[in-house]
Amino acid sequence: MKKIRYSTLAILALALTISGCNDASKSSNGALSSSAAEKVYVAPGEQDEYYAFLSGGYSGNLTVYGLPSGRMFKEIPVFSQFPTSGYGYSEETKPLLNTSFGFVPWDDLHHPDISQTNGELDGRWIFVNGNNTPRIARVSLSTFETEEIIEVPNSAGNHSSSFITENTEYVVAGTRFSVPVPQRDMPINEYKGNFKGALSFISVAPDNGRLNMEFQILMPGFNYDLSHPGRGKSHGWFFFSTYNTEEASSLLEVMASQNDKDFIAAINWKKIEEYVKNGGGTKMAANYAHNVYDEESHTGTSTMKKEVITVDPTKVPGSVYFLPTPKSPHGCDVDPTGQYIIGSGKLSADITVHSFDKMLAAIEGEKFDGEAYGIPILKFEEVLAGTVKSGGLGPLHTEFDGKGNAYTTFFISSEVVKWNVGSWEVIDRKPTYYSVGHLMIPGGNSRKPFGKYVVAMNKITKDRYLPTGPEMEHSAQIYDISGEKMELLYDFPTHGEPHYAAGCPAELLASKSQKIYRLDENKHKYATLGVDDARVERQGKEVHIYMSTIRSHFNPDNIEGIKVGDKVYFHITNQEQDFDVPHGFSIIGQNSSELLIMPGQTKSSVWEPKQVGVWPFYCTDFCSALHQEMQGYIRVSPANSNIELSWSLGE
Amino acid sequence: MKTQPKLKLFLCAFLALFLGLSCKNEPKAATDSSAASDDQNTKVQGQAFIEDDGSTPNVLNIAIGSEDHTTLVAAVQAADLENALVNAGPLMVFAPTNEAFAALPEGTVDNLLKPENKDALANILKYHVTPGNYSKEFLKKFKKLGQANDQSVFIEVKGDDVYVGGAKILASVPAGNGIVHVVDKVMLPPETEE
Repeated sequence: MKKIRYSTLAILALALTISGCNDASKSSNGALSSSAAEKVYVAPGEQDEYYAFLSGGYSGNLTVYGLPSGRMFKEIPVFSQFPTSGYGYSEETKPLLNTSFGFVPWDDLHHPDISQTNGELDGRWIFVNGNNTPRIARVSLSTFETEEIIEVPNSAGNHSSSFITENTEYVVAGTRFSVPVPQRDMPINEYKGNFKGALSFISVAPDNGRLNMEFQILMPGFNYDLSHPGRGKSHGWFFFSTYNTEEASSLLEVMASQNDKDFIAAINWKKIEEYVKNGGGTKMAANYAHNVYDEESHTGTSTMKKEVITVDPTKVPGSVYFLPTPKSPHGCDVDPTGQYIIGSGKLSADITVHSFDKMLAAIEGEKFDGEAYGIPILKFEEVLAGTVKSGGLGPLHTEFDGKGNAYTTFFISSEVVKWNVGSWEVIDRKPTYYSVGHLMIPGGNSRKPFGKYVVAMNKITKDRYLPTGPEMEHSAQIYDISGEKMELLYDFPTHGEPHYAAGCPAELLASKSQKIYRLDENKHKYATLGVDDARVERQGKEVHIYMSTIRSHFNPDNIEGIKVGDKVYFHITNQEQDFDVPHGFSIIGQNSSELLIMPGQTKSSVWEPKQVGVWPFYCTDFCSALHQEMQGYIRVSPANSNIELSWSLGE
Repeated sequence: MKTQPKLKLFLCAFLALFLGLSCKNEPKAATDSSAASDDQNTKVQGQAFIEDDGSTPNVLNIAIGSEDHTTLVAAVQAADLENALVNAGPLMVFAPTNEAFAALPEGTVDNLLKPENKDALANILKYHVTPGNYSKEFLKKFKKLGQANDQSVFIEVKGDDVYVGGAKILASVPAGNGIVHVVDKVMLPPETEE
């Protein structure tokens, strides 16, 4: 028996080897005819065609990549402290992480969206959401720095966010978890009918991007999962997928899968905007942080806001409808024409496509299938445009190439499926490695996608890279989608857990990317602009050191008269006015992080000396040939010492 | 039995020789094959083919390791569904025993295993898979389940027994990516969807 099995195996192996060799020679033709390597190769000194901004998920930050190379250029700190630059550690940036819960130095960043004008990417800002302690952030796409963070009150699990309307009128933030609004002490099992789901519309000032919480729509207590704006003909509407229309508060994996269909909520936000402008809505007491970083003063401030306008949608007839959508839809995507709304039932094999025109007709003809909490439910067949019979399992998200095709990820069957918008026929499918979540085509969520590449962001990596222990970076795959069939080009590791991503052509951003901060525009309260401004001032136990840096010294670099128990502020101004010449600052025993100070910028770090001695500080960035000489000493005397405050450079 | 080592040696030598001969002429081919397009690699690539002795067995491992499920495993392989069953899931597989397959009308299994019936076979197999992970006790809470082929199966509770699509759950084995419920019947998907 064993012998037979063995010989069978051996023959099998032999057969495999033979065919393996044959395959090798065959596939060598394939590889030679395929130019996958060439397509992702960006020669030294050359630059990529596209920027890609990948969310960092639980890193709390946003990463910047080039496509097609998959090279990572930068990690932009948004919701998480970032010792690499001192973000969230420096005095200037700490206020950005303030919330009604106090200082929250981390979040879960999910869905970047680039600002648009007339439904096309304009590259001014990128908006991202913090999922855990609900926040929306605005990141500048000229400085690539976080400029503003607004907390979202009455929300929890800020997941159907941060998607923008087609002229960046609003950045929209919907709650995943419904909660008591306002929050109060009540039994969990009284959830049903009592909790609310807040959908927040935050306006964006056209000139400087400043955010303002305009109104919140208080919806029934479902889970609002993802959302996308109407565009073109459907501009003025916003679509949110929901699950847990059962309103379960426990074991949702079972209890929230009881209804065969949940809803996509269609919100006529223009109607609600008008209602609010005419004095509609209820002013509700609230407490939420609005944090702004001012580029000229290089300083962030945090203001607590105390009021929010809430809207009961049943008070605004015609403003909200439910579109029945099978199997707990996750992704909710709108095609570039604004005609089709795609709902992906995450436990389904099918993709449901609703028609905007049919929706309007059904509303007009009052084709209702009852209501939920006073909100009309449209008849499924009356709004359905088509169903994509995919053959896959677990559809999640859809992007568009602008050439009439859609691309949907399937988590369970680990693939990207290309299908035709209109005929609903599947055109192609390619495996992903493994269990893909979101995908991204640059401009794929706009009227004008750039359908050359799609990036699939996978949740599971396993054997794709050299193993690095139980924890591995997630993996992304880039496919060429310029032809009829998709072609897998390349794998690249990503940072944190990318959920959604946004991308745009390089030329939209590259030329306006800021190189330095102008010293003559520096309005920082503690800036050291000239050589003579360098000084040390004592105010009781607080000591402020006005220090400057230029290749290759600190001014001053010898400081005496500091005492144990003092609170010492190092305010460092980088006087360089030269692209890519930052200086760093660190001091022994610093209970925060270093500072990395860009040319023309001022940053501050607090140091509370606990031990008597003479302590060094140094530049952490290899700034010049004499970088190792860029250091200084600070003398710390006993608390009762009467050594005079003094400072010097080169004496 | 004594000839086994000799046979082994002989075969290995032959194998090595052949390997050397066949590929020697094309040193380039061996290098280039690593750049083969993903199409050619899909069958041998994927999570199903990762060697991993340390993790909790997944639903595929459990089926492969069971003497009572050789027909099912053969069917999964014929339908190219290995990778689908090792996914993060969660996946709940209703695994008919060999006996259950044998109870089908004569020739049914052989017919399904033919390459031209791959899609029909895949459809039947997917009808045995639910995205989810529920114990037998927990299944009693459901009236029906949505299956991976996009049809539904009904659940009946008779005393202590749970029937899924008419098949009785005989035993349950938790897996790393879900659960395997051993069932006594092959569930045949209804011809037309309601």
